[in-house]
Amino acid sequence: MNLHEYQSKKLFFEHGIPVLNGKIANSSDEAKSAAEKLQSDIWVVKAQVHAGGRGKAGGVKIAKSITEVEQRASEMLGTNLVTKQTDAEGLPVNQVYIESGTSIKSEYYLSLLVDRTKESWTYIASREGGVDIEAVAEESPDKIINYTIDPLKGLEMSSLHEMANGMGFSDDIESQFISITQKMFEIAKGKDANLIEVNPLILNEDNQLIALDAKISIESNALFRQEELLSFKDDSQENELEVKASEHDLSYVSLDGNIACMVNGAGLAMATMDLIKLHGGEPANFLDVGGGATTERVKMAIEIIMANPNVDAILINIFGGIVRCDVIAQGITEAVKSTAIDIPIVVRLQGTNVELGTEILEESGMKIISASDLTDAAIKVVSSVKG
Amino acid sequence: MSVLVDKESKILCQGITGSQGSFHAKQCIEYGSNIVAGVTPGKGGSTHLNVPVFNSVAEAKRETEIDVSMIFVPARFAADAMKSAIESEVELIVCITEGVPVQDMIEVKAMLNGSDSILLGPNCPGIITPEEAKIGIMPGFIHQKGSIGIISRSGTLTYEAVHQTSMSGLGQSTCIGIGGDPIKGLNFIECLSLFEADSATNGIVMVGEIGGSDEEKAAEFIKDNIGKPVVAYVAGVSAPPGKRMGHAGAIVTGNEGTASSKYKALNDAGVRTTDSPAMIGEMMKELLDQ
Repeated sequence: MNLHEYQSKKLFFEHGIPVLNGKIANSSDEAKSAAEKLQSDIWVVKAQVHAGGRGKAGGVKIAKSITEVEQRASEMLGTNLVTKQTDAEGLPVNQVYIESGTSIKSEYYLSLLVDRTKESWTYIASREGGVDIEAVAEESPDKIINYTIDPLKGLEMSSLHEMANGMGFSDDIESQFISITQKMFEIAKGKDANLIEVNPLILNEDNQLIALDAKISIESNALFRQEELLSFKDDSQENELEVKASEHDLSYVSLDGNIACMVNGAGLAMATMDLIKLHGGEPANFLDVGGGATTERVKMAIEIIMANPNVDAILINIFGGIVRCDVIAQGITEAVKSTAIDIPIVVRLQGTNVELGTEILEESGMKIISASDLTDAAIKVVSSVKG
Repeated sequence: MSVLVDKESKILCQGITGSQGSFHAKQCIEYGSNIVAGVTPGKGGSTHLNVPVFNSVAEAKRETEIDVSMIFVPARFAADAMKSAIESEVELIVCITEGVPVQDMIEVKAMLNGSDSILLGPNCPGIITPEEAKIGIMPGFIHQKGSIGIISRSGTLTYEAVHQTSMSGLGQSTCIGIGGDPIKGLNFIECLSLFEADSATNGIVMVGEIGGSDEEKAAEFIKDNIGKPVVAYVAGVSAPPGKRMGHAGAIVTGNEGTASSKYKALNDAGVRTTDSPAMIGEMMKELLDQ
């Protein structure tokens, strides 16, 4: 689960990581009163979307008067922001964060993330801040400092000092830096954050380190013990159908093609998409009905698939293990009858109770195209849309 | 012979009285797996599915001989369940549970590294040696005793590979579902070594998927260490970069972990790869007939 910048900064503030004064606004009126309360002579208006690259996309604007704050806010709110991390449609800007301005002497990069290769937490730091860190890592890897925490030892002061020195920090600034890194680890562990990114971390004219931006991603599997963070969830930043699917324990990802798929298991679902593509078609979605598919869930899955107007045919591929083919067949029959689907449906069933499942489909009187195996299914569905 | 488990394996089921644990433990017993005990805290002293239930792994280990633990406890308790099995020095721990928080797995792995236990999973279908022991949630009836070792990151896609090797008459020595979680126990490399050393295995099927770099590392390992024929399929060629496909944890960022980078590494290592999951069985048969 991704957090907005203002939510991440709230956590930073609560844990003692220095941030600028800021207020969230849902309208240009609110932006105006936020700016007034902040008592500054310069403000920054920042679009709150779940994507990086906002600055270059026009989602971060400096304002030199209250009127300008109001104006910038009204320009951003209600629009979609397209950055290089979003798709062509972009993400809706429903809120803007108004922050007081600051002097900037230098910019740095600092993050802490769960590193799957090292199977622990790793800090990434660089003197090159405020820029695309992946480009820095590629072009000049010597400018990147890493520190992977030994999970048995926890944070080691010597390694934090080494990292601070690598950043060129000494004395008071070094202490500030170490304190920030320690607090990031506190948040990572305490809030199940898989990624905490500060880009840029800045040094102002008074030699204070401040987190100018903040990005936090929370482990979805740990939300059961992070209930207070659930209010931070913002479904407007996700695909509508994907949200609806997840409410029904279905895993759905919308794609650009016209052949919808419904499969049990994430791996088999990807393999089914691969086969459609291999035989000249384009998948319209990824959909995993999961291991415990019921008739209701199959019906919901078909409803979600059909909500995409680009769909010209459906391929249903089920390898029944725990899931029984007859349950799936029952769901397909009921869904097709209740939603009056008139596009081709190709079904491939295999595994537990396959005979019973096939029988149910045959007796339903629906125009269902049966397929004997994976390849047969892919070829049949692709030819059905090509006419 | 086979790999890791056989009919002699004495199996403990952690979470045996829960709905998942109960359902699958029953299926495992019906398949012929030698389940000797169960654990559910607070239910010690009772009997479930005709096996004794204990309060803790330690207690079960004191009272009975145990080689393998199969874990079905809910995600929020799964890390503690794995840790208690490691503490009790259970040789093989198979964690089926899906949705274990990744930071819990950092702790489990750190503890595992200092022990002699082997972990499979979490979020995996388990392991099966056909006609001997089924430890997990896979449908037993699709398997057939034979000579192919199967290693897979995906659940239902494993069944596909199994089904095909059964249909082509090759059968399986052992099938290991390593699961798709970012931090997990056994990976391709360890399983490849086991199958290379197993006299009952003549060929190895690897089923990978996009995300991470496990397949690339396996390819590097195969070059110098594996003499038996290997057939590989990687799911997710058609997945757009940056999209997350399901709970399997298949995330592609940048160029790392894409299907094409994995195929390239595997081909360079002399592995026979196929872009169609429907060809896995046939391709293996062809390789073995050569």
